[in-house]
This record gives sequence, structure tokens and C-alpha cells, in this order.
Amino acid sequence: MTIALSQFNEVRLDRVSREFGALNALRDVSLTIQRREFIALLGPSGCGKSTTLNCIAGLLPVTGGAIWLDKNRIDTLRPEERGFGMVFQNYALFPHLNVRQNIGFGLKMRGIPRAEIDRKVNEALSLVHLHGQENKLPGQLSGGQQQRVAIARAIVIEPPLVLMDEPLSNLDAKLRLEMRAEIRRIHNELGATTIYVTHDQDEALSLADRIVVLRDGVVRQVGTPKELYEGPAHLDVADFMGFRNRLKGNVVAVENGRALLDVEGMRISGVARETLSVGSIAYAAIRPDDLVLGEAGGNALQVRVDTIEYRGREFVGTAHSEGGLDFVFRAHQPVELGSTVHLQADDQRVLVFAEPIKGRK
Amino acid sequence: MEAIASTAHVDHGPNLRQRLAAKGFDAVTLLVVPAAIFSLLLFVYPFAFGFILSFEPKSGGWLANYQRFFSDSYFYDTIANTLGLSVPVTLLNLLLAVPVSFRVRLMRRQRLLTTILVLPITLGTVLVAEGLLNYLGPQGWFNRTLITLGFIDQPLRLVHNYWGVFASLVITGFPFTFLLTLSYVTGIDPALEQAAATLGANAWQRFFHVYLPLLMPGFAITFCLSFVQAFSVFPSAVLLGEPAGSTRVISIAAYQAAFEEYDYSMASSVAMIMGFVQLAIVVLVLASRGLFYRGPASGAKG
Repeated sequence: MTIALSQFNEVRLDRVSREFGALNALRDVSLTIQRREFIALLGPSGCGKSTTLNCIAGLLPVTGGAIWLDKNRIDTLRPEERGFGMVFQNYALFPHLNVRQNIGFGLKMRGIPRAEIDRKVNEALSLVHLHGQENKLPGQLSGGQQQRVAIARAIVIEPPLVLMDEPLSNLDAKLRLEMRAEIRRIHNELGATTIYVTHDQDEALSLADRIVVLRDGVVRQVGTPKELYEGPAHLDVADFMGFRNRLKGNVVAVENGRALLDVEGMRISGVARETLSVGSIAYAAIRPDDLVLGEAGGNALQVRVDTIEYRGREFVGTAHSEGGLDFVFRAHQPVELGSTVHLQADDQRVLVFAEPIKGRK
Repeated sequence: MEAIASTAHVDHGPNLRQRLAAKGFDAVTLLVVPAAIFSLLLFVYPFAFGFILSFEPKSGGWLANYQRFFSDSYFYDTIANTLGLSVPVTLLNLLLAVPVSFRVRLMRRQRLLTTILVLPITLGTVLVAEGLLNYLGPQGWFNRTLITLGFIDQPLRLVHNYWGVFASLVITGFPFTFLLTLSYVTGIDPALEQAAATLGANAWQRFFHVYLPLLMPGFAITFCLSFVQAFSVFPSAVLLGEPAGSTRVISIAAYQAAFEEYDYSMASSVAMIMGFVQLAIVVLVLASRGLFYRGPASGAKG
């Protein structure tokens, strides 16, 4: 393997801001990316994740703050001077160039001798398993193959940083899983440093070493997939991490990091994830997996079953309470529609969050 | 026997209407008829009429008109005169349209600017020619300003010669060229340029390695359409040029044959030669498109 990525110690975003109009603005995004890390920027559309990536790539100027590559300030450099490899959502392959020319484009622009370009392109081709396709035009390739060309083209220039902007969103479900594994394999084989933008939490959880959750241009939480999955810091992060049940209630008691909520007259106890005061409004967040059929009593809610779906090993049902709260729960056996049941959650698995501040949910 | 005959008939399968529909002919196809009649009456018939007329000279054999055209420099020079005007004008328009389109592509108020640029088309050649006659004339603003500023002592001769016609063709031809160019330039996915930039290509490299190859087929079409317009120049060649000399273009020769000599046959021959020269250039340019990539200019299927 002679594709040797240029090395560095860290990329640092220092209070990076980007304003254009009021939309997609970034506000004081600070982030340090270590060498060889795989970082996922996760968030709903319009949260600023692509904007962040474009600012790092140099395709959008930042309006505040700075970006550093070790000791060098790079946010003032043009994209062609930064030398980061970027994979675009629609691949952005040059339609008039064949696979070999597409991959070799960056090397050609650098004035590297023909023989060396050929050698490096060959390596990149074998890295992404594309041998035999090198003389085809992008239009003759399948989506997955185009994706591989885009990746090969970005890494063959040996960039210190590989940027990927929702690279899998145009592929079908099966191919997406395949390419996900491929991307991680290539990252590992090259010892690359990758920043990966996605709105799919499964992708982020399975690929990344660390996940950065963005919302409305603000970093909400940074952590390993495990940290985020088990301990989301805010309600919106929890939303993204699969806590589909959010029960609004009043705080009755707070003690030892635990909170007791009154939800429509029912008592729900859980782990307090934010500072809560008695009497204020709070939300209990529960994953469908942790909400199961049970008995009346501790941490149980009485609901009426609306739908029940077969999911192979188990059933997933939806239900509503008398007060109109919606629930998604898991069951091991089918439940009769319209019946009244009790749903129970282990109080270690219930997370309690303060009410989000308006305009910054 | 009868039974067999009727089964054989059934075996024919779908009826005529279905078979035609399978080949793409159905009732909707009839909508082509008005256009076909229109083009038959107003293009095919006059063209064929003129073509045949051109081989029926007033005197001499059936090729006499063509022999006359190519043996008399007063006639055959018009081809060079017309090409000498239309080719440089078209190239200049295209050369100007490209950078302007690249700039306008990024603008928010594209509509306004496009409207301003397109205005000369609506004014008509004659109005522009009359305006230029005054503006570029010896007593016009242009010369007076240059004299006042001390750049020149004598007024430049800018009208009643090659350059007068040239200027008018640029003014009336540019908007058309620009609009076509703009549509081709905006048709290219901006992500391609961004990709090239992240791969280390500077602005010039991005233009030459990404934009230009993708735009060449569009430029070829633009060149052809603009060229054909410029080639048939007539009013400005008469009003702003020297119609007896350097700007005696081929359409003037046709006009004179028809309305000064009343030799319609000769005029038809000139028109046929004019058409042939245009066609030759257009075919040449379009054929060269084959050297370039001609597929969609966005990032493939996506």
C-alpha cells in the first residue's frame, strides 16, 4: 500500500460561525478531531452539518472563528489549497472522463508524472474493488460503483482529511449497508481521518468513533456512539437516538439524580439527565425496546392499543393514553387491538429531560 | 375451409390501429399535420422552387448561373466578404458571452440583467444601425469624446466600412449568443466545479478540464445558430457598411440580382450558394462535436 495519507495531529474548529440569511447558520461550533478518527456529524436536515463540512472543505467561507490543521490556520485557504478529499452526495463525478481519468484528476492537477498517476490510480482501483471498470464513463456505472469511484478519487490525492457528505443517501437499502462496511474498511486500511455527514443515526452509530450531534447550527452533544446511545444529554439528542416515546409531565420529586414525574396522573420515575426543579415541566424519554407489557403498579402506564406489527422475533405496537399521549412499545406476543393494557419501563432505562428552551429545541 | 380462413384471420393478432400505436403512431400523431403543412408550404415548396429556378437561367446551359457566379469576382468575393464578417463576429460574441454567463450564473438578479442584455434583440437591426450611424459617426459622441480626451486628433472612421457592420452585428448578435450560452453554462452541475476544487484544480484548471469539455457541444450549437444569423446580414451591411465594397455581402448580391437585374433565376442561384456555404460551415462545426463528450452534464445518474 503506497497510498500514504499525509499525517497531522488534529483538526480544530474554533468557534466557527457561518451566517447566510438566517438559514443554516452555524453558531460557535468548536470541535477537535484527532488523527485517524472517524467523526460523524449527525442531525436533521437544516441543522448545519453539511455547512460545517463545506466550511472545512473551503467551499463556503466561514463568517466567524477559525479552522486549524495543527498549527496552520486553514479557513483562509481556497479549497484547492487545502487538499482535503471530499465525497459528494451526488458523487459529482466528471461525466466526460472515464473512471481512470476521474480518479487520476486530482493527481493530474498536481502535475504528477503520468507513470506515477497510473500506479496510484491502480492502487486506488484495487482498494475500492473497481478493477475492470477503469475505461467506463460514470454514466455506465451503477450507483454503488459510482460511489466507489468518488471515494477512490478523494483518497488517491492522499488527503490528511477525508470529508463525506451523506455519501450513501442515494443508494438503495441493501447497497447502503454494503457500502457502509466498505467505507469503514477503507478508512481502517488507509488509517484515514474521516468526517462523515449523515442524518441516519444507524449509520453514525455503526461507523463513527465519535458522533457530533448538531441542531440549529449548534453542537448539542459530542461522544462515542455508546455514550450517545445510552446517555443522550438533551431531549433532541434522545429523539435522534431512538427514544421515540416522550412523555410530557410535571416534576414531582428530584433526588439522587433521579426524577419522579406526574404524567397524566400516572407516576413515572427515571434518571434525570438535566437539572430539574420540582413543579417544572419535563419529559420522560423511553425507547420502544424498553417499553413492554406489564402489570399496573410501579412505572406503568395504562394505554389502549392502536396497531400491532409483526417484526419477526417480536411485535411492535402503538397505543395511546386517555390524555392523548402516543406510545410505541415492544411485545413478545400479539395484543388484541383496542384492548387496554399496561406498559412498563425499567426506571433505569427511563431518561428525564428538562423542557427544551423555545427556538432551540 | 371457411373455418380455417377465419382462424387464419384471427391469427393476425392486433389490428392495424394497435400495430401503429405500438410503433408510436396514434391519434396524437395527427397534431403534427398543421406543422407539416406549414413547413411544406412555406419552406419546402419555396426552397424546391428556388432550387429548380436556379437551374433555369435566362440564357445559357442549366449551370450558367453558377458558372457566372464563380467566374466573376464581383460575385464570388461576396462569399469571402460575408465569411470575413460573420465568422469573427460569431467567435467574438461567443468569447464575450462565456465570461459574462459565468458571472451572471452566480447572480441573484439574473432576470433583470438578462432583460437588459436581451433588449437589443427587440429593437431590431435597423434601429440599432441608425443609432450607430449617429453614435459612431465623425460627429458622434464616441469620436467627440475620444477627441476631447485627447486620445485622437482626427475622428476615427467607424461607419460606412467593415467595422460599422461588425459593431452592429456584435450588438444585435450578442444577446442571442449570450442567452444560449447562459442556458448551457447553468446546465452544468455546480458540484462538479466544487469537486474539482477540492481535488486541487485552480480556477483555470477547473474551466479547462471540467467546464470547457462539457460546454463544447453547447458552444458548437451556439456558434452555428449565431453564425447563421450573422451570415444572412443585410440591413446593417447596407446602412453601416460600404455595400459596393468591403461589406458587399452575399445577400446584397442576391438582392441586386433579384431587384436590380430582375433575374430571379440568378438570385435563386446566389441564395442556393449562400445556403450551401452556411450548411458547409454548420456541418463542419457539428461534426467536430463528435470529438467531445456529449452526454448529460450533471453528475451521472445520481
